Amino acid sequence: MKTNFLHVHRLRRVYVWELPVRYYHWLNAMAIIALIITGFLIASPLALQSNQEATNRFVMGWVRVIHFIAAYIFFFNFLFRIYWGFVGNKYANWKQFIPTSKKFIKEMWTVFKIDILMLRGKEHISIGHNAMAGFIYFLTFWAFLIQCLTGFGLYASTATWWLPKMFSWVPAVFGGDILTRQVHHWTMWFFILFAVVHVYLVFYHDYVEGRGEMSSMGGGWKFIEEDVFHDEEFHTPNKHDSNKHKPKKPSSDEA
Amino acid sequence: MSNELVPTKQPTYYEEVERKGYSRRDFLQFVSMMTAFIGLENSAIGQVAQALETKPRVPVIWLHFQECTCCSESFIRSSHPIVADILLDKISLDYTETLMAASGFQAEEAMQNTMKKYKGEYILCVEGSVPMGADGVYCMIGGKTSLQILEEAAEGAKAIIAWGSCASNGCVQAAKPNPTGATPIHKLVKGKPVIKVPGCPPIGEVMAGVIVHLVTFDRIPELDGLGRPKAFYSKRVHDTCYRRPFYDAGLYVESFDDANARKGYCLYKVGCKGPSTYNACGVMKWNNGTSFPIQSGHGCIGCSEENYWDNGRLYDRASSFAGFGIEANADTFGKVALGVTGAALAGHAVMTNIKKKKLIRNLEDEGKQSEHELKS
Repeated sequence: MKTNFLHVHRLRRVYVWELPVRYYHWLNAMAIIALIITGFLIASPLALQSNQEATNRFVMGWVRVIHFIAAYIFFFNFLFRIYWGFVGNKYANWKQFIPTSKKFIKEMWTVFKIDILMLRGKEHISIGHNAMAGFIYFLTFWAFLIQCLTGFGLYASTATWWLPKMFSWVPAVFGGDILTRQVHHWTMWFFILFAVVHVYLVFYHDYVEGRGEMSSMGGGWKFIEEDVFHDEEFHTPNKHDSNKHKPKKPSSDEA
Repeated sequence: MSNELVPTKQPTYYEEVERKGYSRRDFLQFVSMMTAFIGLENSAIGQVAQALETKPRVPVIWLHFQECTCCSESFIRSSHPIVADILLDKISLDYTETLMAASGFQAEEAMQNTMKKYKGEYILCVEGSVPMGADGVYCMIGGKTSLQILEEAAEGAKAIIAWGSCASNGCVQAAKPNPTGATPIHKLVKGKPVIKVPGCPPIGEVMAGVIVHLVTFDRIPELDGLGRPKAFYSKRVHDTCYRRPFYDAGLYVESFDDANARKGYCLYKVGCKGPSTYNACGVMKWNNGTSFPIQSGHGCIGCSEENYWDNGRLYDRASSFAGFGIEANADTFGKVALGVTGAALAGHAVMTNIKKKKLIRNLEDEGKQSEHELKS
C-alpha cells in the first residue's frame, strides 16, 4: 500500500445536532412522508372495488385522518423548531438560515462554485449547515408556512377547535377553496423535489468530505479536522455575535 | 304620476299578503319556512312574523347589468308563492328592468323617485357584473353606463345585495381574457355593505332568506370572510352531500357509464367540485327541494366559487397549471421537474467522481492506511 498523502487527519468529535434537533428532523421527515402519500391519495383516490356497504368502510376517512394527524405533528414540530432556533446551539440558531451578512452571501457563492459547478478552488469547511443549505432551509420554512396556512385554511370550515379555525381567513385571500387547494398541492411538489436533492447532497457531502455527514443526524456528531480548531475563522455562515457563545474549553466551568 | 308609482305610505308585508288574498295560515307557513331557511330556531318564528306584520315594505331597486337573468328566474321559482308574490311583485313596483310594467321615461322616473324619496332606506339589488372596458360601452341603459347607474343608485342605498356569481365575482364574462372588463360589485362600491349571494344562479330560497333577514332584523346577516351570508355559505356542498358516506368509504364513480355511477357512488373522481364549493345545495336543494346536481348524477361545477370558470375543467379535480396549457396540471409539471432534477443529480454525481477525484482518492487512501494500521 502506497501512501500518497501527507498525514492521516486527526479528527475531533463535534456535537453538531442536539437531540431535539434530531428528533425534529426525523419527526418532520416522517410527517412529510405521511402527508405526501395521503395527500396524493386525497387528490386522486385509488379505484377500490368492494362488495361492502359504504357504512362498513372508512378507507378515505382514514386517509384523511392520517393526513390531519400528521399535519398537526408537522405544525407543532415546525413551531418547536422555530423556538429552538433561539435557544439551541450555534448550528441550530436562526442566523444559520437567513443571509444577514456579507460573509453569508460570500459563502453561498463559494458553495455554488465548489459544490455545484465543481470549479477548482479552495475547499471550504462547513460544520453545521453551509450557507447555501441554510438558505435553502430558510426557503423550506416558507414552504412549511404556506402548507400550514393553506392546509389549516382548508380544514378550518369543518373544524371545531379554535386553532384551525384561526386560519379561516386564508381561503378568502385566495378567493376560495379551489385556488387554496391548488396552492397546497403545488407547494407539495417543492417538498418532493427538496427531499430528493437533500438526500442526494447528504450522500455527496459524506462522500467527498468524510466527516460523518450521513450519521450526524443519528448521533449528532460530525468529525472535524484538528487544524480547523486552530484557525481563527468563524465556523458558521453568520458569525455568532453574543459573548456567551464563545468557544468554551472542554473542561472550563462546569465541574 | 309619481305618487301612483311610489305610494307615500308603504304598506306592511302582511297587509300586502292579505290584499293578495292569502290566508293567515299561508302567511305563517311562509314565515316558518323562511325562519328555517335563514338558520334561526323555532322560537324566532314569532319575531319574523311580527316583523313582517308591522314593518313597512322595504323599497328595493333591482338593477340588471351583464347577466342572463337566471338569478331573477331562480328567485321567482322560490318554493313558496308568497316569495314571488310579495317580495318580488312589490320589488318590481320600484324598479327592475325585467319584470316592471313601466318602461322608458316612466321606468326611469320610478327609479329616480325611489332614490330620492327613500334615500338611505332602500335596498339595492344588483344582478350582473359591470363592464369597465372601453369606458363601459358594453352595457348601457337609458344612455348611462352600468357604472354610472350603479354609483348613482348605490349612493343612497342602505345595503347592497350582489345577486349571483356575476355581481359577486364576475362569473363567465370575467373569464380570461375578460374582453369587457367585467367587474364584480364589491370592487366598485365603497363605503356600503355588500352582501354577496353567489351561485349561477343562487338558490331562490337563499335569495328570499337574505331579504327576509334584512327586513326582520333591519341589519345585514352575518357574513363570512368573502362577504357571503354565513347561514347559507358556511358549509361546503361536500359536507352536506348525501353521497358523502361513499366518499369516506373510498367508493367512487370512475366514469359516468360505470356500475358505480348507477349505484350512486361519490362523484369526486369525475370532477365534482363539492369539496371546494360553499353553498346550500345539499340541504335546500332546488325546485322546491326536488333535487340538486349531485342527486341527478352530475358533479358540482362549483358555480358559486370565485373564478370557477378558469380554475380547471368541469370533469377534472386537478386544475390546469397556469402558463403550461390546459393539459398540464401541477402533477405533470411536478413529474417533469422531478425527472429534470433526477437527471441533474445523476450528472452531478458523475461529475463529482471526475472533478473531485483527487479529493476522494485521498480520503480513501487515508482511510485504507488507518485500516492497515489496526491489527486484525
